[in-house]
Amino acid sequence: MDHSANEPHTDRPVMTADVAPPGIAAAEEGTGTPQTRIGRFAIPTASLRAYTMLFALVVIWVFFQWATIDERHPYGLFLGAVNFSKLLQQMAVTGVLATGMLMVIVAGQIDLSVGAMVGLAGGIAAMTQDYGLVPSLAAGIAVGLLIGAVQGSLVAYANIPAFIVTLGGLLAWRGVILGLTKGATIPVVLPVFKSLGRDFVAPAVGIALGVVAIAAIAWINIRRNSARRRHNLAASGIGVTALRIVLPALLIIGFVLLMNSQGGVPIPVIVLLAVAIVGAFLTQRTTFGRYLYAIGGNPDAARLSGISLRKHILAAFCVMGVVVGIASLLHTARVGSATPDAGNLMELDAIAACVIGGTSLMGGRGTVFGAVVGALIMASLDNGMSLLDVESYIQNIVKGAVLVAAVGFDMLGRRRG
Amino acid sequence: MSTASGGALLEMRNITKTFPGVRALDGVSFDLRAGELHALVGENGAGKSTLMKVLGGVYPHGTYGGEIIVDGKLRNFGSVREAEGAGIAVIFQELSLVREMTVGENIFLGREPRRFGIIRREELYSRAGELLKNLRLSVDPHIPIGELGIGQQQLVEIAKALSQEARILVLDEPTAALADAEVETLFRILRDLRTRGVGMIYISHKLDEVFQMADRITVLRDGRTVGTDQTSDLDERRVIARMVGREVGDIFPQADHARGQVVFEARDVTVEDPNARGKLLVDRVSFAVRAGEVLGIAGLMGAGRSDLLMAIFGAHAGRMTSGEIFIDGQAARIVRPSDAIRHGLGFVTEDRKRFGLVLDQTILNNMTLAGLNKLSGRFITDEDAEAAAGERAMSDLRVKANSIMTVAGTLSGGNQQKVVLAKWLLTNPRVLFLDEPTRGIDVGAKQEIYREINRLAREGLAIVLVSSELPEVLGLSDRVLVLHEGRVTGEFKRADATPEKVMACATGHAQERAA
Repeated sequence: MDHSANEPHTDRPVMTADVAPPGIAAAEEGTGTPQTRIGRFAIPTASLRAYTMLFALVVIWVFFQWATIDERHPYGLFLGAVNFSKLLQQMAVTGVLATGMLMVIVAGQIDLSVGAMVGLAGGIAAMTQDYGLVPSLAAGIAVGLLIGAVQGSLVAYANIPAFIVTLGGLLAWRGVILGLTKGATIPVVLPVFKSLGRDFVAPAVGIALGVVAIAAIAWINIRRNSARRRHNLAASGIGVTALRIVLPALLIIGFVLLMNSQGGVPIPVIVLLAVAIVGAFLTQRTTFGRYLYAIGGNPDAARLSGISLRKHILAAFCVMGVVVGIASLLHTARVGSATPDAGNLMELDAIAACVIGGTSLMGGRGTVFGAVVGALIMASLDNGMSLLDVESYIQNIVKGAVLVAAVGFDMLGRRRG
Repeated sequence: MSTASGGALLEMRNITKTFPGVRALDGVSFDLRAGELHALVGENGAGKSTLMKVLGGVYPHGTYGGEIIVDGKLRNFGSVREAEGAGIAVIFQELSLVREMTVGENIFLGREPRRFGIIRREELYSRAGELLKNLRLSVDPHIPIGELGIGQQQLVEIAKALSQEARILVLDEPTAALADAEVETLFRILRDLRTRGVGMIYISHKLDEVFQMADRITVLRDGRTVGTDQTSDLDERRVIARMVGREVGDIFPQADHARGQVVFEARDVTVEDPNARGKLLVDRVSFAVRAGEVLGIAGLMGAGRSDLLMAIFGAHAGRMTSGEIFIDGQAARIVRPSDAIRHGLGFVTEDRKRFGLVLDQTILNNMTLAGLNKLSGRFITDEDAEAAAGERAMSDLRVKANSIMTVAGTLSGGNQQKVVLAKWLLTNPRVLFLDEPTRGIDVGAKQEIYREINRLAREGLAIVLVSSELPEVLGLSDRVLVLHEGRVTGEFKRADATPEKVMACATGHAQERAA
């Protein structure tokens, strides 16, 4: 072995929790995209994984729909406007957290302090209500950002593994909120604050947002095609482009109409969508996002390519902090008060959502879309089992099994692929 | 067949070992007598380490061809354990010690003296102490091995091998990490072992040590035995001739590069080993490269070639204790790779899987990684501009893949290397470092990389090429710099650089001034 191949230092702390080996979908040396054969069809393995996830979601939905059929609900209760709206409100906090967690995990890190941060940020937001609505909300987000910056600095600059820093945070931030509140529950009194977690936007606003979303999708697709033509790249045909606009448009229209039949789109859901869109944009369309994937995928290669590992890991934790701040506001508003144990175990829900959504805890792989679908799967299981009056201990067993099974299937597919 | 000292302890007959696309060993025969020190020498990649891995059971029976005969008995080792059971101990360059455990615990790791499953600590330490005393080593068996210097660790590893009653001891570059005094201790122990009848296979690039210690010398080249002779019948010149004896074929597209101004200059670069204070990996190395020139850096493993480039690029773990970099005659401060890139340096690193590629990512994302902020916006990426640049690079370098969105990890070695090269070309470098650019890739891809190097030089890039393949360095370079143990031991113009002269410098002989 070459002695001159000297070990350059790696800024990345050692990860302790691994699910996936750094394997590539297809190990064979070739020129192709990894593909999996199902019958006569060869499907790119990466898209297969996304489809499997959506398929699992649909199966879960259909099952609960079928299981909730009774004399009052001949078509089932689960996907009805009332319950579906509730389901989405339940998943909003986890979904928001999962979006932030995804970026941290993609960079090869982890954040275990998220639940305690939700408790602390939400508590401080509730305690500062006397100063008015904006200062109170800003305080919640600022606390998140500050904690993210502190933890990120310890990971990136003091080289303490993220697992340890945030495990310490999990204990410490919970202690801080207990000390600040003396264990008391602080009610949310500002009406606008409260409505953040409980109310709906007016049906007309929902329709307006839907129209804006459809227009944006159309504009992006058209602009993209013209840009591709400018660079002499193959642009999609008119049919494909139309499909790419019409399909999401139908989904959006259907969604808004369904929600409007039940008072409107819930505000937490709009917040979740906004956070997820920003998160998807950050990860897919910015140098920041690209570098996170490179740092998580191969820190040595990233460093040699001139990327500052420290700066980007710190930034990922700061983004996580802001996201936790937003989630803490939603959670506090939804509960109607800040309790010292608020947010307990939420970090695990967020991590589970990412993992179910195909994120590798080794870093370098995962999408915001997957993480949000993962959160939706978790929330669907929660909601559906509650509707069926499944006892809570069984709910926990089922959720645990689903988490392990999701990763198990993924590994199985990867080995075969 | 001379059986002066007890007959053949070990015989390896007609050993063949192939890796996908490469025949690493091609009918190698080798034998070892009891009480003999038999040196195995050859260029990097000649097959020495592979041969020893076959012997040590790293490559189990069935994955190689040929026969291994120990004490007259045919042996088929299925694992390292089985080889150890037959008295074979291989001490690899990477030590197999557990740093946190004590010296004694390391010596008996996996074979602890115990009763009812409980380790008998007293017996362990007293036996370890005895072993060390036998070797006349003053090491306390109770201290954690991590507290010892690398040289002493190596000696403990030998003690460990002897505790397993090893009669065949393989030493792979044992002195690479040792200081002079430690080398003396090692040699004293080896001489002791010789009188005890232990057979030793000694792999080294340092010919003076080989001639000092070896009874016989076997030279390997390109996976074949070139010859085995008594040391007394050989001299260094003949050994070097055997090591390199190979035509520099016409696979290298000869091209004389018109040279321009000096673009890059490094003065007195010194790099300290991050794992051993005071040990220098690179010692006051200076060189300059002109636009359109290819400067080759030759040297054997451990000569400090990669350390030199890594340090200049701001990517070395060790401290660069001295050294100045000039770009276009202007002093440049390079602390981290991003500084280097900003100054127009590009670095195709060795070991593309470890340092070059994000294997999970697409070809496109890999190609644009280093130059992303030039190709794209500073924050928001321009996917289409990126894709266009990527497509162009892909067809320029003839990367064979379904599309630019193919995952890099699924490509063949040659195509992966082209992706890494494309990554650096997309940063628009003026100086390009290439460290082992053709290692582990097939001949066709090698040719394409050679052509690309010549094309880039014609376009005025200043290129620094490090390669372990001597013909490659000689075939592509306008000038060759030779390193040995971190120092420059020779510099040749293309016309003067013969394999023999370069190899002589690489094995530690200073260049003859008269030449």
